[in-house]
Amino acid sequence: MRKIAIYGKGGIGKSTTTQNTVAGLVEAGKKIKVVGCDPKADSTRLLLGGLAQKTVLDTLREEGEDIDLDDIVKEGYGGVRCVESGGPEPGVGCAGRGIITSINLLEQLGAWDESYNIDYTFYDVLGDVVCGGFAMPIREGKAEEIYIVVSGEMMAMYAANNICKGIKKYAQAGAVRLGGLICNSRKVDNEREMIEELARQLGTKLIHFVPRDNMVQQAEIHRKTVIEFKPQHVQADEYRALAKAIDENEMFVIPEPLEMDDLEKLLIDFGIAS
Amino acid sequence: MLLRHTTTEIKERKALTVNPAKTCQPVGAMYAALGVHGCLPHSHGSQGCCSYHRSALTRHYKEPVMAATSSFTEGSSVFGGQANLLQAIDNIFTIYEPEIIAVHSTCLSETIGDDLGQIVAKAKDDGKVPEGKHVVQAATPSYVGSHVTGYANMLEAFVKYFSFNTNEKIRQVNMLSGWVEPSDMRELKRMAGLMDLKTVLLPDTSDVLDTPMTGKYTMYPKGGTTVEEITSMGNSMATVAMGDFATRKAAIMLDNKCKVPFKMVDIPIGLKATDRFVQAMALAGKVSVPDVLTEERGRLVDVITDMHQYFYGKRVALYGDPDNLLPLIEFLVDIDMKPVYVVSGTPGKAFSKKALEILAEKVPEAKVQNGASADMYLLHQWIKQEGVDLIMGNTYGKYISRDEGIPFVRTGFPIVDRIGHSYFPTVGYTGGIRILERILGALMDKIDATAPEESFELVM
Repeated sequence: MRKIAIYGKGGIGKSTTTQNTVAGLVEAGKKIKVVGCDPKADSTRLLLGGLAQKTVLDTLREEGEDIDLDDIVKEGYGGVRCVESGGPEPGVGCAGRGIITSINLLEQLGAWDESYNIDYTFYDVLGDVVCGGFAMPIREGKAEEIYIVVSGEMMAMYAANNICKGIKKYAQAGAVRLGGLICNSRKVDNEREMIEELARQLGTKLIHFVPRDNMVQQAEIHRKTVIEFKPQHVQADEYRALAKAIDENEMFVIPEPLEMDDLEKLLIDFGIAS
Repeated sequence: MLLRHTTTEIKERKALTVNPAKTCQPVGAMYAALGVHGCLPHSHGSQGCCSYHRSALTRHYKEPVMAATSSFTEGSSVFGGQANLLQAIDNIFTIYEPEIIAVHSTCLSETIGDDLGQIVAKAKDDGKVPEGKHVVQAATPSYVGSHVTGYANMLEAFVKYFSFNTNEKIRQVNMLSGWVEPSDMRELKRMAGLMDLKTVLLPDTSDVLDTPMTGKYTMYPKGGTTVEEITSMGNSMATVAMGDFATRKAAIMLDNKCKVPFKMVDIPIGLKATDRFVQAMALAGKVSVPDVLTEERGRLVDVITDMHQYFYGKRVALYGDPDNLLPLIEFLVDIDMKPVYVVSGTPGKAFSKKALEILAEKVPEAKVQNGASADMYLLHQWIKQEGVDLIMGNTYGKYISRDEGIPFVRTGFPIVDRIGHSYFPTVGYTGGIRILERILGALMDKIDATAPEESFELVM
């Protein structure tokens, strides 16, 4: 089983990209599990056709620790096993602790039991790695491949670089590696070239460049992935290509995060600053 | 040799603290809350915190210590403890019927960001606090400060919540007490009584943690400062606050909120500190010092002069809480003892500065260690390098005392292997006599036990 975590700046399109990629892998015949690690619990909406999921932490709160796996794992598009960690409402409690609790509980309940024959687990993690809880998916024995969703916008690249610092820390002690950058295009000038260069400097590669297309939003409104909503559309092919690239990826590295000066220079060299 | 791994050679440590000279903030918050009549302390955190803090107090005072807990589960640590605390407040007022619930936080509830003020306000809005009952709260994360900090925070919370200035001056003096024994609180009140002063003592754990056995259990013993008394503190003439670390916050709060001016003094331990306390009380209450007190003082001075030869030049190692240590080392210096090593785990640069000032003239060789990393390991190493004649501190010093064969006088918190502290005060002039009696007892027992036959003295 390959265990993959998707990180990236908030709002960059992690959940959308993850679910569309998962749909591509499902088409290719893979068995997949998606673990949403965001208190908003919207990481599996497109696979389940809506926010139909009871979260792990809601269940824990209501029923105590005596939880049945079937209560919290729901099958979605193409048999994808979907789990949402959930978490507290904004402004109270500790979302980071929620992720730790939730992943521990899933392991304890045998969510990764061999009988499920899972090929891929995807952890879709909220925004930046702000505290230890949000790094839980990359601790020893959890996700071993990280993909960072990024765009040509400065703050997205800055966040990607920060996430690499977190990965480096855990990579030195464990098996977690960076698998590559996924560019979710914002139609910034020279975007592809710039992200390719960022990837090179981080010691990794651009695994796929996903162009911007309104079809993604249309499919989202219908609570579906593009592959399910409009299988013939060109954007569906982009996600299939991304799924294939991840499936065939063999380049796993410990990233070398950039200094702030180098990151700014990159932006200047590729013409954003002018 | 229980501490045989303690090396004589001192190596600089950056991270490790061995046997720290302090404990958790909530222990202090709980103790302060017990000094208010009809008050049930409530620990907002996991059950283990509450159990530990209760047992820390019970072991020292040998009395049952009641406190409630929010009983955090894994779910509460994620979703926040509001639901638990609201339920707790409801249950406690229904079942245990205290006048006041004094809520303090713990490391866990602080770290996940629970806002006690907001939750308590919600409890009031939801009608969970019955008419005439009160919920007071203080933030007490244990990774900040020490048990003394928790005590200070809870004390501040009480005056902040209750005290009001209604513009009717009362001929009354507030006494804010630092962390002392129930016996000491009783003694403070007795001294104020001798001066013919009407006072309010906050907190007051006498008749709470030294209750007589009557065969009947009362959850809220008769002692403790009452709500009316704390409220009236806002109308007092002045406040005398004893111990900077434990009472300054509350004194400032009373000044800011109710315009009651305050005078900071040390806890009246020993001759000079008691002089200053008596002086401050006389000034604050505009009374003169009665002869009875002057006579008590005279008896203390008499003991000092009678036994001076046994005190002179004796080297002493001390550890404990800053407010108690400062007047104590001053007292020891006054009777020509040498407090050569002084350790306090309660952080605060003012402590080292004041201690070194006290010691500068007569004990320039003294070493003072203070702060979160201050520990008894280094104290022991100092003793191994150059020995002392006496150790003074809480029960944890018994290991060093036994290994090194040094006389040991128990003082401070906690004392969990002897009694007496709850009943015999060490504050005031008579308390000073008790301190001297115990020091002499320890020193003379050693002399008697080790003197060669030819110099074994009958009269000492």
